[in-house]
Amino acid sequence: MLFLRRTFPLIIAFVLGSFGAAQYYIPAPWSQATFRDLVYISRIVWTFALFLGMYSLFSLHIGRMRRKQAGWGYSGLVFAAFGITFAAMAWNSGGLLLSPLRPTELDQWFTVRWMYTYVFAPCDATMFSLLAFFIASAAYRTFRARTPEATILLVAAVVLMLGRVPALAMLYDIFVPEFLRTDWLTSLVTDDVRQLTEWLMNVPNLAAKRGLLLGVSLGAIATSLRIIFGIERSYLGGGGD
Amino acid sequence: MSVALRHKTPLMLAIGLSMFWAAPKAQIEADTSVVSRLAGFAVPADLAAMDTPNDAGASITVIWSKAPTAPAKTNYEVLVATEPHGPWFLGGKLAVTGHVLSDEPAAFGWNADSLRHFLNVSEYDVNSDSSVAIEDDRTYHFGLRVVADTDTVVFTALSASAEAEANWFNWAKLNSLILGLAFTAITLIMIGAARKDPNLYIRRVAGLDALDDALGRATEMGKATFFVHGLDGMSSISTIASMNILSQVSKRVAQFGTTLKVMNRDPIVHAVSRETVHEGCIEAGRPDVYKEDDVIFVAPDQFAYAAGVDGMIVREKPAAVLLMGYFYAESLVFAETGAHAGAIQIAGTDSFTQLPFFITICDYTIMGEELYAASAYLSREPKLMGSIKGQDLGKVILLAVLVSGTVLATFGFDMLTRVFTNL
Repeated sequence: MLFLRRTFPLIIAFVLGSFGAAQYYIPAPWSQATFRDLVYISRIVWTFALFLGMYSLFSLHIGRMRRKQAGWGYSGLVFAAFGITFAAMAWNSGGLLLSPLRPTELDQWFTVRWMYTYVFAPCDATMFSLLAFFIASAAYRTFRARTPEATILLVAAVVLMLGRVPALAMLYDIFVPEFLRTDWLTSLVTDDVRQLTEWLMNVPNLAAKRGLLLGVSLGAIATSLRIIFGIERSYLGGGGD
Repeated sequence: MSVALRHKTPLMLAIGLSMFWAAPKAQIEADTSVVSRLAGFAVPADLAAMDTPNDAGASITVIWSKAPTAPAKTNYEVLVATEPHGPWFLGGKLAVTGHVLSDEPAAFGWNADSLRHFLNVSEYDVNSDSSVAIEDDRTYHFGLRVVADTDTVVFTALSASAEAEANWFNWAKLNSLILGLAFTAITLIMIGAARKDPNLYIRRVAGLDALDDALGRATEMGKATFFVHGLDGMSSISTIASMNILSQVSKRVAQFGTTLKVMNRDPIVHAVSRETVHEGCIEAGRPDVYKEDDVIFVAPDQFAYAAGVDGMIVREKPAAVLLMGYFYAESLVFAETGAHAGAIQIAGTDSFTQLPFFITICDYTIMGEELYAASAYLSREPKLMGSIKGQDLGKVILLAVLVSGTVLATFGFDMLTRVFTNL
């Protein structure tokens, strides 16, 4: 039992991990085909794991409904949404049901495509659009210039915003009177801010990003080595012993 | 006389030999009258063929010398035949301004000249509608003709032959292999050193130190701790690293007797999370506190997952939210909702595009490699600590290479740059 729970997974991790690393250097078709097959296997495992996930989800919501937990009615929606989507899938895409009766008016809207376009996509977009508000509140919190670091961040962010949107030139045209538009000021608005923006993105920002990537890449290799050689076992449960 | 190059080590020697042995063949006659009409045009003087280096087979590289004074819009056409005397089929075209050997250092080396063209032929047209793929271990013969902009065709009296084969090693990745092996050796040496002397120093990581505080706060408040996985699956290093943290967290939560809820987007991550939390509870001697329903598969879609997790955070108001793994646009949604719910938040990710959001909003952020080191840091296991030390040593070496490479490149020496260049 201990062999199956500990040793066997470590052997699998070693063999497949070593092969995964080696196949990167072997262009021969057998190597690429084996790697492709392993990817297919992982997709098959994913599909079966999805059933486990569905079981977990349904079990959670059945428990809520059974206990009449606050908001248990929403759990009913989970089953209703699943049932309707499954039925639509079987009706149209699966072609399992009532095919002699097609086309019917029901087919016009009772489709997975319709549900995706008019139910799922708007809900998805709504969640995504929340980001605009969250960014505003996060920016407010960050840009209160309480510390020198926050002040630098604030200045850099303002320069970036001015350089990346056409608002600066527009504001310049609207609010700066003709007699104040010196060459120096016009050049600042049209070119210098944009150049400063590019410099901020290409020098300090890219340098920090590359430094981070360097550490991440080395860390990823070290973690992979720990797993391949069985040094890291926490993912099996029970710590590193 | 033709050449069939099957073994290409060292590569440039083979290319040189192929050029030497590719002698003119008689069966394709040069039309000298047409050549003379193309004033100033020098027809390529040599042609060679070889198996395309570093590939999976089914491709042959044809090399010929560049015409020094070709008229504009002139094309080379590589002809393919399975028999020495034809019939000949079109294998590919290349403009006279097309690529030369020095454009492809992965195949021809850094010192390849720019006086020769090359074309990788993987199929040839048998008619206008269909083409035939090059097969491995079969001899193909190649000819070359020049098509000027006036549709004037000049056959060169050159041919060469070669066989395609699948390669067992990609020599263009040799530098990557050597560096990988060197880094592996450093890591293993440091692990060995850590076994002898377990008292290794690792710098303080505030985010990991704060884990105990966060879990303690949840225990005092009698509220749950939420562990939210990122979007990536189990093949992602950050997910594996987050699973290592989950293992440590589940153990401590079980010891404290508080509630841990684990949110999952990927079904495989969900299955592994269940096992990890279960094992953690057993390790802590509290298998009774494990609840299967507390490891939740929320939704496989990004924003459905975000909506589900946000809903739970808003309703249950957890004392601590741990955001671990690789996140995308939903990171800000999670972090802001957690902040509004008043939870202490610790985020750990190697997604550098989302790091600014976490740094802005969360109380602590475990950045990049710190996430991978978390398991060693929390468990203080000497072998794991040794690998972290190896990682640090690798970083020191790379930094030294960066500095010396910059200095050398500034003075025009790019050897060090080439060693680390991905071909």
